[in-house]
Amino acid sequence: MSAGAAAYAERMQRVMDAVELRQPDRVPVAFFSTFWLARYGGISYREAMYDYERLTQITRRAMLELQPDMYALPHLLTAIGPVMEKMGYRQLEWPGHGTAEDVSYQYIDREYMQAEEYDEYLLDPTGFYLHTYLPRIGDAFQGLEELPRFPGLYYLRLVVAARQFARPAVQRSLAALKESGDEATRLVEHADRFADDMAEIGFPLANGATAAAPFDFFADYFRGSKGIMLDMYRRKDKLLAAIERAAIFITRQTIATCRASTSNIVFIPLHWAFDSFMSLAQFKLFYWPSLRKLMLDLIEAGLVPMPLWEGDCTSRLETIADIPRGKAIYWIERADMIRAKEILGDVVCLRGNVPASMLTTGTPEQVDAFCRRLIEKVGRGGGLILDCGIGIPDESKPENVRAMFAAARKYNP
Amino acid sequence: MIENEQQLIEAIAEMREEEAFALAKAMLDRGEDPVRVLELCRVAMDIVGKRFENQEYFLPELVLAGEMLENIGAIAKPLIVEKSGGAAKKLGRVLVGTVHGDLHDIGKNIVTFMLDINGFEVKDIGIDVPVAKFVEEIREFKPAVVGLSGFLTLAFDSMKETVHAIEAAGLRDQMKIMIGGGQVDEAVRTYTGADAYGSNAVAAVTLCRDWIAA
Repeated sequence: MSAGAAAYAERMQRVMDAVELRQPDRVPVAFFSTFWLARYGGISYREAMYDYERLTQITRRAMLELQPDMYALPHLLTAIGPVMEKMGYRQLEWPGHGTAEDVSYQYIDREYMQAEEYDEYLLDPTGFYLHTYLPRIGDAFQGLEELPRFPGLYYLRLVVAARQFARPAVQRSLAALKESGDEATRLVEHADRFADDMAEIGFPLANGATAAAPFDFFADYFRGSKGIMLDMYRRKDKLLAAIERAAIFITRQTIATCRASTSNIVFIPLHWAFDSFMSLAQFKLFYWPSLRKLMLDLIEAGLVPMPLWEGDCTSRLETIADIPRGKAIYWIERADMIRAKEILGDVVCLRGNVPASMLTTGTPEQVDAFCRRLIEKVGRGGGLILDCGIGIPDESKPENVRAMFAAARKYNP
Repeated sequence: MIENEQQLIEAIAEMREEEAFALAKAMLDRGEDPVRVLELCRVAMDIVGKRFENQEYFLPELVLAGEMLENIGAIAKPLIVEKSGGAAKKLGRVLVGTVHGDLHDIGKNIVTFMLDINGFEVKDIGIDVPVAKFVEEIREFKPAVVGLSGFLTLAFDSMKETVHAIEAAGLRDQMKIMIGGGQVDEAVRTYTGADAYGSNAVAAVTLCRDWIAA
């Protein structure tokens, strides 16, 4: 076995020991960064979004310095500028497109689906995408509005309907989408090459696919924050039906994507699960059942769901313990980890949770002390992956990041 | 309080939107004082606010209550004639905005709404607000409290710069500064030099009450 292959196997073993709630040789530490890498490497955020090669070089340098046990490919989270530009993507503002050169991209919270469109979505989700949703979120999709409505077409009507593909607006869309597709292919090839290179010298990926909680899927990308909150009262049944419908597609897509990757971990950032957003009763009705089903389906497919519980989710801990043992990673942003360990310690591996404020405004000594406490108290018996609560915040001081990675090697459970 | 009035308060407080609107409309149609109808809405919002503080209600209830108030207000306000009671006395001025670099507005909007219905005179100056604009708006509006909102970690530095600029302009001792949103905690408060941080909209109301009453 080459040195790289041996290191890879060793890190995988460490991570899987933690996931399966066995004591690893030491607590694994994960690396998840977007624009911190730009600061680390001395390039602008805009460059990080556009220059695949420089992002690769900087990430490699950071990886070699920090030696993480698992890492998320930054390319697909960061270097998305060229594809978005070719697509005329409208759901984000990014450096040069609405935000300044050194300000991270930000999602535009809006109603991308109107309240009265639930029925259309429920009747034919794909038709809703083609004719309504996609044209709203990207210029390149605009002409798809003029595609035929496929369900209901048959036999010779189908033959004749082919003429709609020749419409100028459709043709323009197909050409723009081909360009976007070519660019996305270049991006993914870059990312894959990097992942292969890293694997060769011993670094496994931290996730093979990203998924959304079905509630968040509608809240974030369709109805917007205000729309979803009103829907919880005004059209509860339709919202629940739409969540159930979407969950089928999210699950299938996620399984297919993850199986094509070298990692079997599925990253699920959770945006609206936190305590102060909805009541526990609402969480149990609107949020948890579809998320739990998604996780169970992923587990059934041999994958490891890794939800990131954003915000403080302390009141949810008892509820979310209802998941098979040793099969998932719960990444905890803000909840007290010692309490989380008490409630979830026999069920799932915890990841986190050095506070973002500490990495950005604190000192290496504070980070060291915080990590030591996590490792000694939460790492006991396995079941801990050390990380910040939200990955490495963009503004983190490099010495604080180094202190976190050093602590994983310095302290033992 | 007559029975109808109690029903309206209850309908709003219990999140029965259609019923609340129908009751308010019927009262106005009967020629009852629109100022009285709005007063009942405010009483109902006090209940909603209390339940939010007690963690019986959460953000969806605040947003739905806001919608109910807006819809009732839209039919009640045009009926208000000069003599039917003047504008209620406001508790004090609060200036609210999302600091520069950050485009998030959900938290800020909810804080603005909660302060407004709790009797403060609130000015919301939007998102991605440059430091200079904060200073300029403060000079003009003369708030007793300034609320700096931010969801992203980049907001820590923006908040710090904004507090410094307020200091440099010689305005700092005329106001209290509160921060909130996303990752904000006590460490961030210390870092930015703000007077307090709040983890939700009710905390913002409580802070303003304490400061302005004092």
